Amino acid sequence: MRAACIAFLLWASLASADEVISGYEFLTPETQALQDDDFANPGMLWVEEGGSLFAQQCADCHTQGSNGNLEGVAARYPAFDQDAQTLLNIEGRINRCREIHLQAEPLAYESKALLALSAYVANLSKGHAIDVDIDGAAQRYFTEGRDYFFRRKGQFNLACSQCHDDHWGRMLRGDRISQGHPNAFPGYRLEWQAMGSLHRRFQDCDAGIRAQPLALGSRRYRSLELYLAWRARGLIIEVPGVRR
Amino acid sequence: MKRKHPTLSRRTAVRGAVAACLSGLVPISVWGSPEDADLAIAEHFGADKPVSNGRVTVKLPPISENGYSVPLEVLVKSPMNDTERVVQVAVFAEENPLAKIASYNFGKHSGPVHIQTRIRMGGSQRIRAVAELNDGSLWSGYAFSVVTLAACVL
Amino acid sequence: MPETAAIGEVFEVKVMIQHDMESGYRRGQYGERIPRNIIQHFRCRYLGEQVFASEFFPGVAANPYLSFLVRAQRSGEFVFEWEDQHGKVWRRTVGLAVQ
Repeated sequence: MRAACIAFLLWASLASADEVISGYEFLTPETQALQDDDFANPGMLWVEEGGSLFAQQCADCHTQGSNGNLEGVAARYPAFDQDAQTLLNIEGRINRCREIHLQAEPLAYESKALLALSAYVANLSKGHAIDVDIDGAAQRYFTEGRDYFFRRKGQFNLACSQCHDDHWGRMLRGDRISQGHPNAFPGYRLEWQAMGSLHRRFQDCDAGIRAQPLALGSRRYRSLELYLAWRARGLIIEVPGVRR
Repeated sequence: MKRKHPTLSRRTAVRGAVAACLSGLVPISVWGSPEDADLAIAEHFGADKPVSNGRVTVKLPPISENGYSVPLEVLVKSPMNDTERVVQVAVFAEENPLAKIASYNFGKHSGPVHIQTRIRMGGSQRIRAVAELNDGSLWSGYAFSVVTLAACVL
Repeated sequence: MPETAAIGEVFEVKVMIQHDMESGYRRGQYGERIPRNIIQHFRCRYLGEQVFASEFFPGVAANPYLSFLVRAQRSGEFVFEWEDQHGKVWRRTVGLAVQ
């Protein structure tokens, strides 16, 4: 354990300030092992469930090769959708698909089914590097998300950037502050004892600094998601990641 | 003549505490103690059975970053043949509201006892495992883990 | 668990089930007590006999995970069964070929 700590400190001091480091590197070896073992990773329960939902509802269109093998697709989200004239994340994309092609009701954000489907689709991009488009119509969302990241808010008057840009790698109570990247989500948080979306994670962050959390799937959270994806560009998708 | 002081037995104390909780005098937070684990062990395996140290190895991470899911390993030294085998293992937490966490029974075709699971720990504490052999003897081992406080408390 | 094993070989069985394991000690948003709702029993049968069983209490983490060792005797079915406090049962069967 001590050796691991020393190794971490050495490594942390070697890492340059603008290096992109996954939240995985800030976990204890036990939690890392939990993520690494596909059989022990509880997030895989949701991925498997999503797989069977996908086979029932989506596979008619999304067969291998034809209308989209979805491998790698999640790495390009959130993305501006011409049709919907808005920025869609994977959850939004799934609901849009249901609406147009299945004439089905959208699934509620954070519902078991939407979590399972989005986890399954994102898991198809596991190992792919995040690469989002922030130009054109996406630009105003990007700017909005970046503004949210740097704006001080809540009773603690803290901005996301103060922890995750300025102080990552340092201790906050019992935890080492991560760089705040989105590549594990939808992910399994030990604290939730369940799978959850990135937006649920945002709500916890906002509540943590005593700011009013925004609605799941809201425009500002989607914009923040785009900014964070751009900020984490090149980082490998780990869904289902395991986090504290 | 000396008057004997009435002693507050453990059971009475517990009853009192339960009554207090029910009447809403104190908030319900019933954290356990090592004695609770002793009681739970006696209750599970039968009272007055001596528990020896040894044979049982308990493994926990030295630091757990979240008490909701702590990886636990229990190993028991035994040949697991017809003459000598482990019948059951039970795991106890000294500080959880409920001491007994789980019990495990081993049948004829069981391999050596090596269990891995994930448990909840309400704070830094010792986790004890007690194994019962087919001759009725009890063996125990323990491990300690520090449960750290999360950065952001909601 | 593996699909095949040699006679006498010891192999690892890993099982996991999706369940909140609501402890009964937590409170909801408005301070109301969330009632206990847990899986209480796990059983594994091999060759018609119980090879491993476990009783769970609220101290078992959500989405219970277990790994244990079994000695291969001959080809047969493994029946895994979970039962919650209301008597609801989940069952999975896996075959093992012993050479």
